[in-house]
Amino acid sequence: MLEVTSIKKGIVLDHITVGNGLKIFNKLMLDQVDYPVVLLMNVPSKAMGRKDIIKIENNIDIDLAFLGLIDDSITVNIIKEGKLGQKKKVEIPKNVKGLFSCHNPRCITNFDDYVKPEFELVSSDTLSYQCEYCEEITEYKI
Amino acid sequence: MNKLRHLIDPEDFTTKELDELIKLAKEMYHHPEKYNEACKGKILGTLFYEPSTRTRLSFESAMLRLGGSILGFSDAATSSVSKGESIADTIRVISSYADIAVMRHPKEGAPKLASKYAHIPIINGGDGGHQHPTQTLTDLLTIHMYKGAFENQTIAFCGDLKFGRTVHSLIRTLARYNIKQFILISPEELSLPDSLKRSLIKDGVTLKEVSTLEEVMNEIDILYMTRIQKERFFNEADYNRLKGSYILDLAKIKTAKKDMIIMHPLPRVNEIAYELDQDPRAVYFEQAKLGIYIRMALITKLLEVDLTC
Ligand SMILES: [Zn+2]
Repeated sequence: MLEVTSIKKGIVLDHITVGNGLKIFNKLMLDQVDYPVVLLMNVPSKAMGRKDIIKIENNIDIDLAFLGLIDDSITVNIIKEGKLGQKKKVEIPKNVKGLFSCHNPRCITNFDDYVKPEFELVSSDTLSYQCEYCEEITEYKI
Repeated sequence: MNKLRHLIDPEDFTTKELDELIKLAKEMYHHPEKYNEACKGKILGTLFYEPSTRTRLSFESAMLRLGGSILGFSDAATSSVSKGESIADTIRVISSYADIAVMRHPKEGAPKLASKYAHIPIINGGDGGHQHPTQTLTDLLTIHMYKGAFENQTIAFCGDLKFGRTVHSLIRTLARYNIKQFILISPEELSLPDSLKRSLIKDGVTLKEVSTLEEVMNEIDILYMTRIQKERFFNEADYNRLKGSYILDLAKIKTAKKDMIIMHPLPRVNEIAYELDQDPRAVYFEQAKLGIYIRMALITKLLEVDLTC
């Protein structure tokens, strides 16, 4: 297996569904950061067959709600002093604020820049979210 | 201090609170003189980002009858509301000019946004195709005024049930009162949205759907008429073929109950023939009048006016 230096301090996003690694990399704009970042694709996995992995060497905050929207199979490993500090499963967020916009063209959130669109999950199968303001349903797609 | 109350959606009030409002509105209707100073010294802001003369005048009349004052604008385009200013900023400023405000806005969710930043109670006076809760309150008061209760009534809705927000909102609210059957009369193209039907059926409501008024006329206690807009049809031929079926006239109500009431949110275009205006069952003008009294009751409730003395 391909070896990549393990990180001392940072975050490892493991168990990313194959193909989503690059999407997450782009969404997090990791091509613009100045600390070491590794994107591994098509890594063999016992549980998943193949998976993607992202390693980020730094102490950065990652929006777990946002990751859950993209891929809820991800495990987030927080690495401190070369050791695994914390392991978290991401979940599809029940409430979302500002991560995407409302699909209703008549919704106030698409016209008033003061307000961030807020949503509540109505179906985790289709990633359907109901708008707090206009109550219309938006299906989230990466 | 109590938490500020707003009316953005009819669901903001419990059915118990709705009952209290209806009771108070009836009291105000029968004894208006007792309330003509109830809001003395208070100011209602009328923030109409799009014109709606009828709704605005109804609110203004309500506040004036309570002894209060009004200020505001009736069209954002000609008003001093600066273009591009966030509703959050506008409403924080208005909060020091007025004690309560009604907002009409073409964008859905705008009054909700206002309510999050306001220091005064906000009433939704209609937001796009979304909600128009004071119309729903008006409809509830009208039904209660004529029928004394909501239970055990057969309520039929006729016309554009697909886009008609007043219908959706009234059906949802009546369903909270355990009304378990509605009759829906519309062309197939304009039937109640499937999502609303599904949620009603899940709540145990039975929907009887028919395509003509005649086949159900003798069962109806309350007939709620709505306008069918020509532009809702795909083509002119369909419109011309169907429009006559949803126009109420004397011939169509021949088999109707003697105490049936005919409601309409107004303005009407041609869906109710003028010949019906003299029929005692036609209550739509009275309905518009009742709209003032329910708004009076609402204003005093949101301002927490002490009406005991
Ligand atoms: Zn929305």
